[in-house]
Amino acid sequence: MALLEITGLEKVFGGIKALQGVDFSIDEGEIVSVIGPNGAGKTSFFNVISGMFPPDGGSIVFDGDNLAGHEPNEITARGIARTFQNVRLFPNMTVLENVMVAQHCRTKSGLIGSVLRTPRQRAEERMIEEKAKNVLAFFGTRLAGYRYDQPAFVLSYANRRRLEIARAMATEARLLLLDEPTAGMNPRETIELTELIGKLRSERGFTVVLIEHDMKVVRDVSDRVVVLDHGVKLAEGSYAEISSNEQVIEAYLGRPAESETGE
Amino acid sequence: MNLRKGVNRGLITGLAMSFVGGIGMVTTFNNKLLIDPILTMGYAVLFGIPFVIALISTKRVVLEGVEVEPHGAGDVLFGAVIGLVGGVMTALYVLLINAVDLTETFPNMGPPTVQEMTFHQDLYVGMGLLVLGTVVAATIGGTVRLIPERVRQSLAQGLLWVLAFAFLELIVEDIFEFAKVVTQFIYAQNGGLTVASATVIFIVSAALAYRFRGGASVLRQRLVGTDERGRSFPTKLALLLIGVGVVVLPMVLGGVVNELLINVSLFMLMGLGLNIVIGMAGLLDLGYVAFFAVGAYTTAVLTAAQSPTWNPELGWWGALAVTMVMAVIAGIMVGTPVIRMRGDYLAIVTLGFGEIVRILLLSDWLKPYFGGAQGIRGIPGINIFGQRISGVDPQLFIYFCIFFVGIAVLVSYRLLYSRVGRAWAAMREDEDVAEATGVGTVGAKLLAFVTGAVLASFAGALMSAKIGTVFTNSFDVLVSIIILVVVIVGGMGSIPGVMVGALVLIGVLGGPRSPGLLAEFSQYKLLIYGMILIVMMLKRPEGLIPSARRSRELHHEELTQDAWLDKKGQFSTDQAEEVPV
Repeated sequence: MALLEITGLEKVFGGIKALQGVDFSIDEGEIVSVIGPNGAGKTSFFNVISGMFPPDGGSIVFDGDNLAGHEPNEITARGIARTFQNVRLFPNMTVLENVMVAQHCRTKSGLIGSVLRTPRQRAEERMIEEKAKNVLAFFGTRLAGYRYDQPAFVLSYANRRRLEIARAMATEARLLLLDEPTAGMNPRETIELTELIGKLRSERGFTVVLIEHDMKVVRDVSDRVVVLDHGVKLAEGSYAEISSNEQVIEAYLGRPAESETGE
Repeated sequence: MNLRKGVNRGLITGLAMSFVGGIGMVTTFNNKLLIDPILTMGYAVLFGIPFVIALISTKRVVLEGVEVEPHGAGDVLFGAVIGLVGGVMTALYVLLINAVDLTETFPNMGPPTVQEMTFHQDLYVGMGLLVLGTVVAATIGGTVRLIPERVRQSLAQGLLWVLAFAFLELIVEDIFEFAKVVTQFIYAQNGGLTVASATVIFIVSAALAYRFRGGASVLRQRLVGTDERGRSFPTKLALLLIGVGVVVLPMVLGGVVNELLINVSLFMLMGLGLNIVIGMAGLLDLGYVAFFAVGAYTTAVLTAAQSPTWNPELGWWGALAVTMVMAVIAGIMVGTPVIRMRGDYLAIVTLGFGEIVRILLLSDWLKPYFGGAQGIRGIPGINIFGQRISGVDPQLFIYFCIFFVGIAVLVSYRLLYSRVGRAWAAMREDEDVAEATGVGTVGAKLLAFVTGAVLASFAGALMSAKIGTVFTNSFDVLVSIIILVVVIVGGMGSIPGVMVGALVLIGVLGGPRSPGLLAEFSQYKLLIYGMILIVMMLKRPEGLIPSARRSRELHHEELTQDAWLDKKGQFSTDQAEEVPV
């Protein structure tokens, strides 16, 4: 059975139908890219899955449970974590704290435990910190060492994107939704991140859905590509299939002569 | 020199001086001598205005690549122009209120003010002196910039210490009670410093400041530079000193000052509570006084023999346990309906809740239980070791206040660096993202409301035991506002900041119902509160002592960058290189 099974997903904003009966499914261990022109409903798709907007119709079944209408924090606790298109960190908290917060739904100590500093609370704090450092170690030395205690707002753009991914990883989710992870990065950083997305699966066992505009990234990482346009699923298949699909080329890439993939 | 700007600033000066005179501040403040017999507080304020305005106006804004005119004779002349325009305007104003009787509408714009502002001289002589004084003050203000910076800062320090000694007369007298000689040297018979002592204090503090300039920052640098272990000893020493000071000081200080400190500590307690709600969790609560009222009334009903309907006459500590439970319930009751509200909406609704609690307590409906406008009387003090300690004995009562403030500080610090504190911080920074990261904001918000409510209820319980009576008018919206001002001026989210804020505002200016160190301020308290708030928002919105979390990080950043540059010996564009920690 698929890890995430979405059928007939609808979302309406006023008169605009952002999602019109989208079907989608992903198996454990897959990496799937969602592409489409601007305004196709990609980010709305993520927003509805992650619970930030309740769906107006359809079902979202994750690991056997219907998630439609649940609060975002409950959905995160079930195992779906996300990043944002316009990086949204907690800028005044430190790098380490940003990642430690993500452990919230996996830990328990409350007000009284924290005030009394019970042995259990202290053990838990140590564990949270260890796990946070472990997650940050995934990015090599970029977010490690002296970076731990820096406020997030001093980080470079690429590092902010990395930290956001780290935060999503630290929720111990099974499925990561990455919203344009390479946007604004330079070519070198993009190549590095593309490798990391592969490692998310091979080393850390995540299943990944990503929205991406960079076709090289899409080609290199995805097992499958889903194309959205005007809130409708236009096509689905391997990168090779998609890149030669007439409909897709027309809707998304423009006429073949202008195709930016150069394939 | 820019004549137009000078005249402009001079008019502002004249306006400010006329205002200060017109509201009777000069007359009232003249009852307090700063330096006997040459300077009273009223004149210090009056002539402080042209001085400060000239000082600020001659400041140069340095922009990169823009030539700045160096300080010189132009600044002196500029100050003089400000003084002349301002002085003449104020003198004309005095002439006006002398000629036209406005006392019916503006009670202070009459003969007493005219007399004070003309130095009890003949009208025209006095006006001349007023202009002269203003010109001199503004000219000095303009000249100050010509003095080399190190000397200037030392002189400022000297001035600051003279003012501090003059303002803190009550406290210094209490401390040196055993050595009357000292106080007799420092202070004149009818209050204020003597000329001799003012001179000594000025010279000594200015000289010390000149000698040890920048010592504090060097010390801080050295502390930050060391590792955890190197830092722990000075920290322990500082904590020990503070502890000893806290225990010994109330014994040394007299009843009046202790009474004052009790008020300060009650506001510290509430400030720390509100700091959790606003500073840590980012929930703007304008009805915080409701929890203070819940604490005070619960204690009153449970302990007072005169409680109207139901009087179990519990001991104070027993009542405290019930009070805590009531505060938790109140926190949940206020928190639940507003859980989905944010920002401005939350502020308005909580403002309403605060008033609802007060009006309910005042209402006929609950009068049989809470005594309506008469309140509840005869609340016994805190019972301990078979004794009853109440506000009659401020020297002992203060220790209970210190105990509860200590608890509040401990709770605040421990929560700040815990799972709960991180969830609050995340929620404050970005509520949507916090939810998407797995933080249940409903629970976190309720927890913040409840924690804040319990701390405020402690303050309420202490206050009812101290005063012995509770009335509804001790819980009006002004209290909420003043606690908020304490938190904002001190520094939102900063625990030492809130404590310093309470000391400065409640201690020196006075709380909503209690006088501060300078009784002369009480009439103008709210005006000064407003002024402080405006100046703080413009010049230092992060508060007197900004949140420790942030300043530490910013400092750390500089240090690591320096270390990194030292090692590399050059600038590099790739920040992601390995850097020594």
